[in-house]
Amino acid sequence: MIKVSIKNLSASFGDKPALQKLSFDVYEHEILSVIGPANSGKSTLLLCINRMIDRIYGSKVEGKILLEGQNVYAIEDVEELRRRVGIVFAVPIPLPMTIEENILFGPRLKGRLKKSEAGELVETSLKAAFLWDEVKDRLNTSALRLSGGQQQRLCIARTLALKPEVIMFDEPCSGLDPISTAKVEEALKELKKNYTMIFVTNNTKQAARIGDRTAFLLMGELVEIDKTDKIFTVPSKKETEDYVTGRFG
Amino acid sequence: MRISPKITERIAKLFLWSAAIFTIGALIFVIGFVLAGGLTHISWSFLTEPILDMGREGGILPAIVGTIFMVFVAVGIAAPLGVASAIYLAEYTREGKVTQAIRFGINCLAGVPSIIFGLFGFILFVVMLGFGWSILSGGLSLAAMILPTIIRTAEEALRAVPASYRDVAASLGATRWQVVTKSVLPYALPGILTGVILGIGRSIEETAVVIFTAGSAVQMPTSIFDSARTMAVHFYILAREGISNDMAYATAAVLICTILIINVSAYTMMHRLTKGRRS
Repeated sequence: MIKVSIKNLSASFGDKPALQKLSFDVYEHEILSVIGPANSGKSTLLLCINRMIDRIYGSKVEGKILLEGQNVYAIEDVEELRRRVGIVFAVPIPLPMTIEENILFGPRLKGRLKKSEAGELVETSLKAAFLWDEVKDRLNTSALRLSGGQQQRLCIARTLALKPEVIMFDEPCSGLDPISTAKVEEALKELKKNYTMIFVTNNTKQAARIGDRTAFLLMGELVEIDKTDKIFTVPSKKETEDYVTGRFG
Repeated sequence: MRISPKITERIAKLFLWSAAIFTIGALIFVIGFVLAGGLTHISWSFLTEPILDMGREGGILPAIVGTIFMVFVAVGIAAPLGVASAIYLAEYTREGKVTQAIRFGINCLAGVPSIIFGLFGFILFVVMLGFGWSILSGGLSLAAMILPTIIRTAEEALRAVPASYRDVAASLGATRWQVVTKSVLPYALPGILTGVILGIGRSIEETAVVIFTAGSAVQMPTSIFDSARTMAVHFYILAREGISNDMAYATAAVLICTILIINVSAYTMMHRLTKGRRS
């Protein structure tokens, strides 16, 4: 089933085009890896999907993005859209508050939570992000004390606490060591059962490891999208082959 | 001849060290001088009795009450207004001609001598609006005086909060106002508070504005429509008119202690507020 459908999407900042006429679908419960060199429009694509791009002055978006058939650019309640389509940024950004408060930050924006509800939400979110065992005894300590890898899993848990339908990752492991990266990837594979994920990465090997399908962007255009195996073994376009084999980029 | 880096390092160290010592020394000297002259004359009755015989006898209770009222009115008006302006400038508009004009105005206002604010307050609040010489007129004029300081420090404090906090809050479904209140203001609070404390300090120590707008009644003020003198004005009149040197010193000592207490308690409060957030 198609979860997100991108139709003829173009985006620009001022007079600088960032995306040009992208069209593709994201299926429910898949991990779609998005690869491409710097400035290929990967991050802009994510910003378009949950309309974080609205916050950037001078940005312009054309085309349609359908979330379960509904055009996100026709949605009034943009905050609700951002709860349905969560994002995890490249650098872990825990807010300078306790671990528990970080998790509950999003849900609390909608209103007060009962104590039991809050406790359960914290536990399930942290468990799903594979962080519970490491922090369960210190939920009331500052999130800033966690290591980089733990912080990033906390950010994932914080997004999960919103009970989103789609989770987008913007190079979430770029600042992490291999062990932390492995833990994050392990968490992602589990999450696939319940969520649809779009995973932007600079690391082609990582894309190959976790993506069901992979999209290759270049200079703001979609070069190719296909099953990950195919992209990494017999891509149909020459640019894709050059990129995944490391001949450029 | 070339001086070796080791020697310049030593000279620099010595220079910076002595500059710091000199500054702190001067401060301690001034405070010590005033306290030495004043503390011996401070007693419980000095703090709780009315001003008698123009200040030669009695205490300074009306001046203490007048000061508190005046500062409350001034900060009560300037702080919300100033913080709101700062939020507007830092969070709700984009940098452009309008913000530049506003900021230029604020900077000009910050450089205006306080006597001008006194005159302005006298003409507008005392005469035109008919508030007379009163705590209200004085407080409003002081508010106008400290507003630029509060706006500037608050805006800087807001801008010092990392942009990523705003992105995170927005991505978690926060509205613009929630972004400001939940993920920007809490972290800008210590900086904002610094500006407010500066404003409180300036209101307490100000004389020119207060004499012009609140008068210098020695009676105990009972409402904000009464004329009143602040401790600073009381001190100024005592010393200026040679009424009583001892009483002037004692008043100055109380003034300094008040400011010290406000600063210490404000910073303690701030420390408590930010406790859970620091790593």
